[in-house]
Amino acid sequence: MRSFLFVPGNNPSMVQNADVFPADAVIFDLEDSVHVAEKDNARRLLRDYLTSHPSLPQKVAIRINAMDTPYYKADLEALVADEIDYIVLPKATVTTTQKLGSDLFALEQKRELNKHIDIIPIVELAASLVEVCKIAATSRVVAILFGAEDYCAEMEIKRTLAGEALFFPRSQIAVACRANGIIAIDTPFTDVADDEALLKDCHNGALLGMTAKAAIHPRQVGAINEAYSPAQDQIDWAKKVVKAEKEASSKGLGVFSLDGKMIDKPVIERARKTLAKAKQYNLAGQDDE
Amino acid sequence: MKIGIAGSLESNDVLVTVRECEKLVIDIHSIVDLLFHDQIEKVVRDTLQELGIENVEVRLQDKGALDYTIRARLITAIQRMEAQP
Repeated sequence: MRSFLFVPGNNPSMVQNADVFPADAVIFDLEDSVHVAEKDNARRLLRDYLTSHPSLPQKVAIRINAMDTPYYKADLEALVADEIDYIVLPKATVTTTQKLGSDLFALEQKRELNKHIDIIPIVELAASLVEVCKIAATSRVVAILFGAEDYCAEMEIKRTLAGEALFFPRSQIAVACRANGIIAIDTPFTDVADDEALLKDCHNGALLGMTAKAAIHPRQVGAINEAYSPAQDQIDWAKKVVKAEKEASSKGLGVFSLDGKMIDKPVIERARKTLAKAKQYNLAGQDDE
Repeated sequence: MKIGIAGSLESNDVLVTVRECEKLVIDIHSIVDLLFHDQIEKVVRDTLQELGIENVEVRLQDKGALDYTIRARLITAIQRMEAQP
């Protein structure tokens, strides 16, 4: 999973076309993009769309309103159904993430769903960042989404294109996610017209270990998919390493040299991960192992 | 008189206005009226039947909404009407 596209939940034009965008998942939004006077309208629209539309995105997420709002319960009541894969929880903490898990369990039982709905907490508070490892280890959590705008507002720091302000939270979230085997989703890039800056922002996150990114406009999805997929030169290198490892192994060698560089177990593991990712996104070609 | 409004005049949406009434009145204004008037009316009638509502005035200003949108906006408009004191 590389790209998570936000779609405003009260906009029929965008909602009904959500399945045509090349995002790995679509997050239908009931929170910030929906005016407080229109929450009921958006809930009902999404519910009827999800239960009647002939084709849905490959993965469906709903960003509900935060637990301390009057909309949280109604959002869950309206939308917990077999068509949903993930609930995205704003302002998540360990406590609210665990509570959401309990609420989902109760609704799944009550409605006899065939599905276990997973949780994507949004880490956007300083307090959440402090306990992000515990959030990542919470039951049902399959990914964490970093929310940089709220984080920067709370910290009273300015987000820059170079990304210095986000170095710590991105690193902290990426490590917590990796340690728990879940997806680290980087914060959206808010200038939808600047493709070059988007690519730079993608690379800033990827360099620190983020494995996916949220998009706020369909035009951002292609660049995100590309940035979070292995590049062709990485795939070619990985294939060479794996091939050389097989030859070395047949000679009883655990460490060997390739193009003048030492190849040992961590490097081989990295090559295998690159190839696995390339296969996942159909980029490995015919002659892979 | 209780009234409920939901939706918008944006493309692919519909603005639904419902009012208390002693009989059923369905007033449809659609940019695709020539082709889809009957289908829009069917969605309205089916939804009202599902909700058990027989007498209400429904006015639709449709900008090419699909069935699910018409249904959703109508249900929300009725809920808003019924929520009024």
